[in-house]
Amino acid sequence: MKIKFNRSTIIFLVVAIALILIVEVLYRIRPGGAPLLNEFWYTLLRKGGVIAMVAIGLNLIYGFNGQFSLGQWGFYGMGAYAAADVTFRWTQMHTANGLTILFCVLLFIGLSMYGVSVLVKRVRGLDPLSAFALYLIGVFISAYLGVLVGGALAGPVTSLLSALPGALAKQIVFFIAILLAGGVTADVSYLIGLPVLTLGSDYFGIATLGFTMIVKVLLDNSDTILGFQEMKGARGMISIPYMSSWLWIGFFLLVIVVATRNLLNSSHGRALISVREDELAAKAMGIDVTAQKLLTFVIGSLFAGIAGGLYAHIDGFLHPSTFNFIKSFDPMIIVVFGGLGSISGTVVASFGWILVLEGVLRNVLPSGFESWRYVVYPILLLLMMLLRPSGLLGGFEFPFIKAVLPSLKHKPSTPPTPDTKTAAGD
Amino acid sequence: MNDHADILTITQLGKDFGGLHAVRNFDLTIPPKGLYGLIGPNGAGKTTVFNLITGLYQLTTGSIRFKDQEIVGLQPFEITQMGIARTFQNIRLFPNLSVLDNVRIAYHAHAGYSMRDSVMRTSRFFAKEAELTERAQEFLGVFNLQDRQGVVARNLPYGEQRRLEIARALAAEPDLLLLDEPAAGMNPRETTALMDLIHFIHDRFELTILLIEHQMQVVMGVCERITVMDFGEVIARGTPQEIQSNERVIEAYLGRGAAALSEKLSEKRSYATGS
Repeated sequence: MKIKFNRSTIIFLVVAIALILIVEVLYRIRPGGAPLLNEFWYTLLRKGGVIAMVAIGLNLIYGFNGQFSLGQWGFYGMGAYAAADVTFRWTQMHTANGLTILFCVLLFIGLSMYGVSVLVKRVRGLDPLSAFALYLIGVFISAYLGVLVGGALAGPVTSLLSALPGALAKQIVFFIAILLAGGVTADVSYLIGLPVLTLGSDYFGIATLGFTMIVKVLLDNSDTILGFQEMKGARGMISIPYMSSWLWIGFFLLVIVVATRNLLNSSHGRALISVREDELAAKAMGIDVTAQKLLTFVIGSLFAGIAGGLYAHIDGFLHPSTFNFIKSFDPMIIVVFGGLGSISGTVVASFGWILVLEGVLRNVLPSGFESWRYVVYPILLLLMMLLRPSGLLGGFEFPFIKAVLPSLKHKPSTPPTPDTKTAAGD
Repeated sequence: MNDHADILTITQLGKDFGGLHAVRNFDLTIPPKGLYGLIGPNGAGKTTVFNLITGLYQLTTGSIRFKDQEIVGLQPFEITQMGIARTFQNIRLFPNLSVLDNVRIAYHAHAGYSMRDSVMRTSRFFAKEAELTERAQEFLGVFNLQDRQGVVARNLPYGEQRRLEIARALAAEPDLLLLDEPAAGMNPRETTALMDLIHFIHDRFELTILLIEHQMQVVMGVCERITVMDFGEVIARGTPQEIQSNERVIEAYLGRGAAALSEKLSEKRSYATGS
């Protein structure tokens, strides 16, 4: 890994790390018992960070790749429950079997999907449906194997982690749980994206909306249909450890922003943007449009899963109604608000959304009128659409995120024929 | 003609849209470095042939061999990666991207670094990205667009958009370039410049070029051999001189009555092209 420390990179990293540290320090310093930054605002900031990750993922899919997805909220819920279950089992049931089983299942599923994809590429003329059936068979077999192997590994891993200091082991389990949450959503989104991404954009939106609804129903019945007693179905999952400090959330958000920026300002990023710009032209330029869509969908869902995992450990409580499909429009509104195709705008809009809606308006509106904030924000949204239709920051990006226009290396040899007269002719 | 020497061999190509035969019994062979033209009245099926070659349409019958390999059934992006690039009748740039990025996208298949490289910013990323950018800028230089590299493509004037589209197609490093009405909407001066440009890229990049064009000046002035289509079928093929005096061609373009005036018309046309 090589980092080019130019001015904008240094400024960005220093500011970002300073923001992460300052907020955490303000919360930790408690002269006279009360923290300088109170619990309320601290939690709002954390939720802003979490929603920013979902929104960045969605902006990748919708703003950059041009696919209208309403499924991100479903992935968010899926990630939340997956991570919560892993840490719950560690802290409450004192076993690492959640961690090992999930890890093995995801690993095996990932390997099998890779294997099948290579196979499908080799065999020409396989129709999409049979290919998908192959994927499904692979997933079921590898999931079964994963449960077996993961179950066998649970004992040794538990004793290994128990040998570590309690707090450290808890943080390690938490960190892995978040990554696994991202893994769950990445695997699931790949499997869903395969058949669904061949649909046109609007149909894709409806299909992913359906997915979000399915996830909600499954979570409602997580104790009966899925058989996870600790998730307690529609009663809501309790006793999840409070692990998502602002440090963790800030760290993950920073990693996601930098990774997104690095991805977008590369050939792969340009390829996925070209799909939004003109699908037919992208095809004609040698770009595998379906693969690009699938890839973007998986990355966006991975971010949603990580965000969900972090969200679960803020309140220590999860309820399926949080992941209702109607809420899936929240990240969509944030993305439009922040500007389609603007990472900076998305981050700013995410924090602004949470802080204004839940923070400022709650305090400004007279008591008894708190619900009126749901009247105020649509008005704000309307005004914004009228005044700044391209989003809060428009096309603006922080200098670090913005792609740098490379300088001309050398004077090109003057071509003999195409003259500049043609330009003047227009 | 020796079959193995031909870069593109199309035999018995057919495409039906429902009951409509858009293309029927279409044959075409192009030798390497050939500069061929495909003409015909509107709706003759010329663009359909392009779409069939590039894989955007699935053909009904026939075969298309490119560099001695059957390309029927391949995905459009695979065909492009094999070395067939095209431009579109109605310009299809990536409108919100810069001129430079438009060209760099065409290089994607040759980028030479993985996604891990780009996310982790490995030294391979920086090396390959610089190389890729330099080549893209070289191409822009060839097309006199290097000063415009930062301009958003949709803000370019029409003539430059056409040039950029050709530059982008060339950046995909094709062996066969398909130009779909490159002179559409150009004024006479731009058209002349375009003809020079086509000759120039043909010589410099040692390309095989197949072009569709309505402006007879361009077709007659540029192409070595011309294939004429009407109602999805080939009605004539030959050198520009042969085509100009072909009665069926004149009939297809101007109707039966005008065919009688073929003598007069061919005189006129040879005057127009200055040959």
